[in-house]
Amino acid sequence: MIPTSRQFKENAGRALKDTELQKALFRVDKNFTERRARAVKNLPEFESLRDQGVAIKNHVLDHLDHYLEVFAENVERAGGQVHWCSTAEDARRMVLDLCRSVNARSVTKGKTMIGEEISLNPYLAAQGIEPVETDLGEYIIQLADEPPSHIIGPAIHKTKEQVSDLFLEHHRRYGKTKRLTEGEELVGEAREILRPRYLAADVGITGANFLIAETGSSVIVTNEGNGDLTQTLPKMHIVLASLEKIVPTLEDAATLIRLLARSATGQQMSVYTTVSTGPRRPGDPDGPGQYHVVLLDNGRSKLLGSAFRDILRCIRCGACFNHCPVYASVGGHAYGWVYSGPMGSVLTPAIVGIAEAHHLPNASTFCGRCQDVCPMRIPLPSMMRHWREEAFAQDACTWRERMAIRGWAWLARRPRSYRQVARLVASYLAWRGRPTGRIADLAFARGWTATRDLPAPAGRTFLDLWRERGRT
Amino acid sequence: MSAPRVALFVTCLVDLFRPAVGFASVRLLEAAGCSVEVPIGQTCCGQPGYNAGAREDARGVARATIDVLHGFDYVVIPSGSCAGMIRAHYPSLLADDPRYAAKAQELALRTWELTSFLIEVRGFVAPPGPARTVAYHDSCSGLRELGVREQPRRLLKAAGTAIREPENRDACCGFGGAFSVKYDEISGEIARKKCSALAATEAPLVVGGDLGCLLHLAGRFQREGRKISCRHVAEVLAGIDGPAIGEAGS
Repeated sequence: MIPTSRQFKENAGRALKDTELQKALFRVDKNFTERRARAVKNLPEFESLRDQGVAIKNHVLDHLDHYLEVFAENVERAGGQVHWCSTAEDARRMVLDLCRSVNARSVTKGKTMIGEEISLNPYLAAQGIEPVETDLGEYIIQLADEPPSHIIGPAIHKTKEQVSDLFLEHHRRYGKTKRLTEGEELVGEAREILRPRYLAADVGITGANFLIAETGSSVIVTNEGNGDLTQTLPKMHIVLASLEKIVPTLEDAATLIRLLARSATGQQMSVYTTVSTGPRRPGDPDGPGQYHVVLLDNGRSKLLGSAFRDILRCIRCGACFNHCPVYASVGGHAYGWVYSGPMGSVLTPAIVGIAEAHHLPNASTFCGRCQDVCPMRIPLPSMMRHWREEAFAQDACTWRERMAIRGWAWLARRPRSYRQVARLVASYLAWRGRPTGRIADLAFARGWTATRDLPAPAGRTFLDLWRERGRT
Repeated sequence: MSAPRVALFVTCLVDLFRPAVGFASVRLLEAAGCSVEVPIGQTCCGQPGYNAGAREDARGVARATIDVLHGFDYVVIPSGSCAGMIRAHYPSLLADDPRYAAKAQELALRTWELTSFLIEVRGFVAPPGPARTVAYHDSCSGLRELGVREQPRRLLKAAGTAIREPENRDACCGFGGAFSVKYDEISGEIARKKCSALAATEAPLVVGGDLGCLLHLAGRFQREGRKISCRHVAEVLAGIDGPAIGEAGS
């Protein structure tokens, strides 16, 4: 996907005016926060579980090379293969080669954000291989030809009415001509259409929530069971994952799984948790003939020794999205790339570059709620601040902003001049505020007055009044 | 026991927009048995630069602030955001500065947000005031960096004020310093939601501990034509009854 993060402001402006989107976002804001709060309240050891989760991931990041090797050995021992890909292009090509090796014409896909990150669908389609998304949300956005707007709810920006229209438009070719309006009917129709696709697919591609070093397994959690059909029915199962998904043991994965669903949807666990280890063995009733793990770096290993290392602890629960006032206002597409919300505001600049994505870490109020709810205690605001520093150092901000900051810094270190300027500003604003006490339009501060009035000051600064009156 | 020497750091916003908050803070601190001084060389805590990514500029301002606030028993600030800057961020901001690292650490330990200082350090009980109902707005930095949640509520309740909580009370109001101007449309939308949650409490007055959020909310209420006033918690506790934020004087 070509990033449009540079146009964040324009994207956001459009999103704010999109009434259907706003309806959909209202639902996110309300549902997820309440459900998570309830789930956390019902688990007294949640905080200590967070500490354990953080410790597991920190340990892995300290010894990532070791665990990656152990993982690869164990995948091979179980009869599978690991393919190391340093760039998105490498990963796309590897997936294509694997698909071609079994003369694949169609592939089913479970939800994979890495698939989105490397823009796999258009690539496969251009090579004559039809990708079929099987996660309902991914299926919906595939029909709509849109990127995901949330890491756990890719179609969360769509209202039910919009889905009804999409299904009617695209399912006509299957002889479905009735516009469905109930959620259950819509799910039923998607299921009916997807069922034969599972059976026809030559390759099944899934993501991975965790990769287990000790067993060489991949783990996916889903609520629809689509992942299981995707990975067990075709001849070949390709796991597409980034390298920080690794954990040492099944036990560790279990700890993180206890945090994941609670943080994401407020469930104790997702409906399906599936562990895959290697291809079908002799005597197994089902399973794929081949098992491949395409491991993507795409800039992540460079983050290991950087100020952004902690973002590699992320388990993609989406809690930071669900508690972010900015995300709740503009939705995921405004961010202009695959990852949005607070975690995307940290990860996206690392992958597409800060010059492209400088708005993302800047468009935060630093309210800190993301860090508060992050099960992995990732210090998202301070990492966004680090990005702002890089952007500032690289001149990614406007000339006006730079001059304003420089002027402020000069004044703030010269109290006498500072007081003089404050005196002038206070009396000017007080004069402008007469007689109501507020200013509805201020030419040099339209950024403020466009969406709210500016309360006018009393006219004298505190420091002047204090000096004049002495003690109180 | 002699009265502790307290430096009041009023914040740049209070200095410019709302001197009443400074005088209210002095009144409360004195009532709590403190000897209050206002170091005249104070300007700004450094957040505008720090949060804009201008780290070097922020470091310069932080050093100047450390010098100005040197030598007091406590530094008290009527803002969770500026107190959070000094307590939670100065030490790391200046960690590699040989001359200021220790001073930053030491200042962080002596610096308090007003309501937590009154409750936690001084065990202060506000004198009874008129019975009234307010909606309380928690500012994010105070709430999440300093754990300021119950302190202002306890002070207000002791003074006879009834408190109503808006729905989704932990949600940000959308101010965010320079964010409010740089991403004005988003800031305005977040304010719209917060204002409607506050208005739904039907309290005629919104009280909070940070002037930034209060200017933003008051300005938004006024833009929407809602008759809801906003005041800083210090004004309410000190019984200062001038015009509310953004309302005309008599």
